[in-house]
Parts: sequence; C-alpha cells; structure tokens
Amino acid sequence: MLAAGIGSFVLAIIAFAADKSAPVKIGLNFYKPTGPLSGVTTVAIVVWFLAWGFLEWRWGKRAVAMSRITRVSLALLFLSILLTFPPIIDLL
Amino acid sequence: MEITARGLWTLLHGMGFGALYLLACSGALIEIYRFTTSSAPIGETAREERLLKHYLVAMVVLAWAAVLTGAYVIYPWYRAGPPAGAKDLALFPQQLLMSSRSTSGWHSLGMEWKEHIAWFAPISITMVAFVFFKYGRDLKNHKQLRAGILAFVLASFVSAGVAGFFGAMLDKYAPVQGGQTIQLSNGEAK
Repeated sequence: MLAAGIGSFVLAIIAFAADKSAPVKIGLNFYKPTGPLSGVTTVAIVVWFLAWGFLEWRWGKRAVAMSRITRVSLALLFLSILLTFPPIIDLL
Repeated sequence: MEITARGLWTLLHGMGFGALYLLACSGALIEIYRFTTSSAPIGETAREERLLKHYLVAMVVLAWAAVLTGAYVIYPWYRAGPPAGAKDLALFPQQLLMSSRSTSGWHSLGMEWKEHIAWFAPISITMVAFVFFKYGRDLKNHKQLRAGILAFVLASFVSAGVAGFFGAMLDKYAPVQGGQTIQLSNGEAK
C-alpha cells in the first residue's frame, strides 16, 4: 500500500517537474509519439515496483504499524491527485 | 453505418475498458467490504473468495488496458501536430481544441489532468488485488489494512471517473478521427 502511495506521488512530482522544466520534459520523451507522458509514467512505475519489492523484502513477514502506514499511503495518494490538478500546478 | 479505425480504438478504450472498469468499482467496494466483515463459515466463503479474486484480476486487466491504449494508441493521434499551413484541424484534436478560447480549457485542464490522474487507477487496483490475494479472508482481522484498501478502491474510482468524464467531453468537442473506415452495416436509402 505504501509502495502504491509512493509510486503515485512520484508520478505526480515528475509530471510537475516536466511541466516546470523544459530539460526535464525533453529528457522524459522516451517514446516520441506519446511525448513526456511516456517518461513520466515509465519512471513512476519503475519506482513503484522497486519500492514494492523493497518494502515486501523488508516488511513482508514482519508486524508493522499499519495505522501509520495507511495514513501515510493515503496522504501520498491524496497529494498526488492534488498535484496533478492543472490549476494547482499553475499556482506553484 | 461506419466507423474509423481510430474511432473504434477510442470506443474500445473508453467504453470497453474505461466504462467497464468504472462499473466494476462499485461492485469491488461493496464485495470487499461485505466479504471481509461477513461472519459466514469459512467453507461457504471459499467460492466467494475465488470469485472475488477473479473479479479483481479482471479489474486490474481493464485498468491497465485502459491506460495503455490511452497513452500509447490514442494519445499519439490526439497530440499529433498538423503540417505547416494546415487549415482543417479535424484530424488534430489537441490543435483543434487549442485553436479556440471556448474549447482550449478542455485540453489545458481536461487532458492535462486526465493523462496523469488516470494512472492512479491501475496502480491502486493492482495493489488492492495483491493485498487481497495475500490476506484473503484474514483481512477481517486487519481493520486498518481493510480500511486502507477500500480507500484506495474509492480513489481509483474517482481517478477513473475524472479520466472518463474528460475523455467523453474531449471526444465530444474534438473526436479522434481518421484511419481506415470500417463498414458496420449498409443503411437503407431514404
């Protein structure tokens, strides 16, 4: 769950960075017909899978503080939704 | 009655994968809640658990199919630039929307939000399916985790809903057209 929150947040942060910086936007142009969206989503998915694998390895068989993890995951997801909303990106 | 190849892909993306996913979200919310709070004996719920697992796998497939066809099949047609001096922008939806103040917001707000928020749906539902496969009925004993995955299903529904709404509106104001024409049936002459 935390990995999904991290992956979503990374997607929002990279999309924000691509919107604000031309070099980042150009660097994320992995597949020309789709443009920077291809890089934004590919990087976010790779980070999500890496975070998922790492957290599963570290916490997979351990009892963890689920209440705090749930709150942090949902906060990251909520922030991600806000950060992809164009009027908020324009404000920052 | 005919449809263009690009129109057919758009239909498959929006009505086939996207709309079906949205419909499935309410079922997932109710079934996950019901299944993980039910006091029915284990034997009776084994079949239900299998069914819910299949249901979630179908949702994962639909969500990924919707974003991947959207980003890698339809979006390139949407954002394609017209040749220099082109007057007719019907085949270039993004340019068509941006050419008028009354429609530019559908791109600058609608598509700009849709192209990113849509991805939260497959990420969320994949996580939910994974957790359900791992814990199954035992989610009943993990209230925080259960509440968390239900919130992620809801967020996935909202994300897909935003993407679906703007997708429908974009298709209304600047449909993705072109490609081979497919004849669906012969109409009667008037």
